[in-house]
Amino acid sequence: MKIGVLALQGDFAEHLKMLERLGVETAKVRLPAHLDDLDGLIIPGGESTTIGKLSVDFGLIEPLRDFGRRKAVWGTCAGAIFLSKDARRTQPLLGLMDITVERNAFGRQVASFEADLDIPELGQGGAYHAVFIRAPIIETVSGTARVLSTVSDGRIVAARQGNLLATSFHPELTDDDRFHRYFLTLAK
Amino acid sequence: MEQLTGTFAVKKGLAQMLKGGVIMDVVTAEHARIAEDAGACAVMALERVPADIRVQGGVARMSDPDLIESIMNAVSIPVMAKCRIGHFVEAQILEAIGVDYIDESEVLTPADEAHHIYKHDFKVPFVCGCRNLGEALRRIGEGAAMIRTKGEAGTGDVVEAVRHARSVLGEIRLLQNKPDEELMSYAKDIGAPFELVKEVKELGRLPVVNFAAGGIATPADAALMMQLGVDGVFVGSGIFKSGDPAKRAAAIVKAVTHYNDPGILAEVSRNLGEAMVGINVSGMDEAERIAGRGW
Repeated sequence: MKIGVLALQGDFAEHLKMLERLGVETAKVRLPAHLDDLDGLIIPGGESTTIGKLSVDFGLIEPLRDFGRRKAVWGTCAGAIFLSKDARRTQPLLGLMDITVERNAFGRQVASFEADLDIPELGQGGAYHAVFIRAPIIETVSGTARVLSTVSDGRIVAARQGNLLATSFHPELTDDDRFHRYFLTLAK
Repeated sequence: MEQLTGTFAVKKGLAQMLKGGVIMDVVTAEHARIAEDAGACAVMALERVPADIRVQGGVARMSDPDLIESIMNAVSIPVMAKCRIGHFVEAQILEAIGVDYIDESEVLTPADEAHHIYKHDFKVPFVCGCRNLGEALRRIGEGAAMIRTKGEAGTGDVVEAVRHARSVLGEIRLLQNKPDEELMSYAKDIGAPFELVKEVKELGRLPVVNFAAGGIATPADAALMMQLGVDGVFVGSGIFKSGDPAKRAAAIVKAVTHYNDPGILAEVSRNLGEAMVGINVSGMDEAERIAGRGW
């Protein structure tokens, strides 16, 4: 199995490191041709406006949409925004998932936080310790999209639709590899 | 469910989200929007870019909170702002405004010639400049969650940025080859906390994100710093002191992403108009250099 990480901007190196730890072959994706022989793709954290603009400039929007219709894609934070249908402002989006998001929903950096989440889909291993950085929330899920986890006030922070996955938080910033292993089951 | 804010993981985490990106100095909300549209991953809000601070002289201080807030309201990307070295009250004010990162910066006139701010006391993360590994680890020891090499700000001459990046990255390569029994006296020699020296040897890199700054003016300069091994770049005067800021900003963003692809670098380097005029650092008096500020 070979998993690509969109390497335009953001913490793609952290995702690559986690995948390599799990023994997966990896590739950095910066141009459309880099998608060719991949079984799945991760869109990392970073700035969604920067990642969106560079995707437009280097002709990646349509190839990424086409890839997401056929294969597994997971977006963390900025990546989740990029996968959404609507982010309540004008910026390039893939629109692959039936979710709407609100950017920086918890506030600016001083409000960034760590918290334990309950994520039944991950199976055993107890609470999932999640890191949120100027994080978005998933405001609504529709169609075949469903909620995987919420924070204590009920706001949605993880969703799945078929082989597509969106998380407001950053599993790549922790040592817990359960979310990466979960994604690999979608890419099989 | 308890939510923990201001932890080192979330401070360092924001810098990790900026990697592979360009942080641009802006002095107005209009500049900030141009920077965001060009693909900046963050902006540094300030009253004067370093090139103007050099020309105008005088005491350079934290910017007016009104100006910083107008920039925060203009863009959706993170906004950083500078305080003077050792001026912890300026830092408290910037934290109260809600900036996303504070740069305790040698570009402003130092407020303390012996001590930097104790940055662990703050919820807002700090980035600090360095010229070598010892200086980087002293700042991290004080709580900096991100490091940038200093270069020589406001000159448009990349030579000092290269010197400082080669110094930090080269010292890390040498450290990796040292046996453990030499680490304590090495820590003493470079004036760095022993535990951090040990950690850098194990990691083979700084424990926080490391950007380059000071003198980057072209897409080629930015790609040069990336190929040397930094995680991203700050561009200060290089964008808004050039002939066509929007175009140059977008070109530098693309160059940082595709830093290893000379074909793309050639493409984005075409027809950018005038670069900032620049000052040759080798012809400058020692007193005019600001990289020496920091203890």
